Amino acid sequence: MDNSYHAVMSRKKEILKRATGIDYDKFEISPITFDYEGLMNSCEYSLEDVQRILQETGVGNTPLVELKNLTELVRSISLPGRGGRIFIKDEAANPSGSFKDRRAALSIFHAKKLGYKGVVAASSGNYGAAVASQAAKRGLKAIILQEVYDSRKVGQPEILEKTRACEAYGAEVWQLTVGPELFYIMLRVLEETEFFSASLYVPTSVGGIDTLGYELGEQVFQKEGRFPDMAIITHAGGGNVTGTARGLKKAGSHNTIVVGVSVDLQGLHMASDIDFNRKSFTTGHTGFGIPFLTWPDRTDVPRNCARGLRYLDRYLSVTQGEVFYTTELLAKLEGIERGPAGNTSLAAAISLARELDRDQILVVQETEYTAAGKLPSSQLTFAKENGIEVRRGDPKENIPGKVIVIPERVDQIEVEDIDMEKIRHSYIERAMKMTESYVPTQEDIQFLAEDSKTSFDYVRETLESLNIKTANSASRLVRGREA
Amino acid sequence: MADAKRGDLAQIHKIVLEPDQRPDNLPSCTKSVPYECWIKGFLIDENANVGDEVKITTFIGRELSGILYQVSPIYDHNFGEPQKELVSIGNEVRKQLEKS
Repeated sequence: MDNSYHAVMSRKKEILKRATGIDYDKFEISPITFDYEGLMNSCEYSLEDVQRILQETGVGNTPLVELKNLTELVRSISLPGRGGRIFIKDEAANPSGSFKDRRAALSIFHAKKLGYKGVVAASSGNYGAAVASQAAKRGLKAIILQEVYDSRKVGQPEILEKTRACEAYGAEVWQLTVGPELFYIMLRVLEETEFFSASLYVPTSVGGIDTLGYELGEQVFQKEGRFPDMAIITHAGGGNVTGTARGLKKAGSHNTIVVGVSVDLQGLHMASDIDFNRKSFTTGHTGFGIPFLTWPDRTDVPRNCARGLRYLDRYLSVTQGEVFYTTELLAKLEGIERGPAGNTSLAAAISLARELDRDQILVVQETEYTAAGKLPSSQLTFAKENGIEVRRGDPKENIPGKVIVIPERVDQIEVEDIDMEKIRHSYIERAMKMTESYVPTQEDIQFLAEDSKTSFDYVRETLESLNIKTANSASRLVRGREA
Repeated sequence: MADAKRGDLAQIHKIVLEPDQRPDNLPSCTKSVPYECWIKGFLIDENANVGDEVKITTFIGRELSGILYQVSPIYDHNFGEPQKELVSIGNEVRKQLEKS
């Protein structure tokens, strides 16, 4: 068989159909529109089913902890009457130490039910460990593909720890150098092994996270008699935002403001061999967060079930230094030592709580385990070795890939709003670019409005501003010929 | 004596794609180097030295071949060095809490 890059990529559709058990074509309505809810429900697991399946392998039902000392600290720098209550969902209590167990648990259960002998996942983060752990528990084989090294064979400490964890759970791990060809390797391995693709973006992976939003809504309601005012979510590929928001709605919490947060790594190229080790965060950063909002289907399955833009009310960035500082606060004031992922949204919570009244509730919806390679001390040692300047000061002086500034005081932690208008606009523009000559119908406008959490009129006006003609009826025309 | 014998924990190295086989839309620093990988398993060959073409059985029982890169590779990521930019943060915020 021809295993060259282009030959394998051209077999993508057949490979993925066999490896996911999903005929994505069935959900396509037009080049733009697809049946999102139909795809999400295609595996036919109710929320109760998912909860039961997760419980079988010890996933979920994690504690919700109020961070009283941290809230006190925030109040000491807030205006009188301000300083919302900060809670954290301690997802590190899951078997492999992160919320990713929820994503893996349902996918692995599903793979086994469909008769697959093993699973493949491309992940340099907690998800790989979660897949390996769940596969061990269910008796399936796991292959994890990780982007680990630059061309000097220097590896990100956080990812080296993930290699160790995956191998500890008995997985075959491919440690790869920098490059988007991770997807090519994934296709080759799927074709060779006939294993299940435990992609982060299949319906079962996103469906598993619904339980997190649901638990969180219920736990806050049971404790406080009300739903949280804000759910703060570290955002990368969009699954965490999507599942949490969907779960909150299922719990009956319709007014919780859904806030996404990423570490600001703007200016660093994600496929660059040189920039790779100038990052001190390997996920939960803008390098994934922004492109996955403006083009969710850029992923390893034909349609991505993780669609952050559908659910986000607000999107914020924090700096690397602010997250390292926050990690120290959580350990020293609350006695909880955790990894970077949840501390990204916690850094944002410290800033946001100052805007809220004292009786309002913010929930940071994840923590992750920490270990060698994942601590601020290992990340900063590595940063210095790679020529990054680290100092105390005003975090506004942070420059991704050049300077990490650790705040001197807690009041210096200040979130930056990422312009949602701009993101929605580029999402629509991208959708038009991807479908070049196709003329969008009224139905497509409706889909784009839902997918970008805007309105029919907003999309229509955006298309007008882009000089895109639209069809009046649902008929399919070719752009340029007639509209 | 050979570096490794049958059954030893071994790491193989493979060039997955040479630079000219990689897609064109990569940054030049990435496009100019090969796409490589390392995989661990147990040596199948009776005896082998680093640099030899060998076969391994991976942790899930698959047979793969590549160049023997390392025998009994260790995990050497660590907790890093103490960071002067971090060590005083705890006491600073404790003091602030006591004041308020």
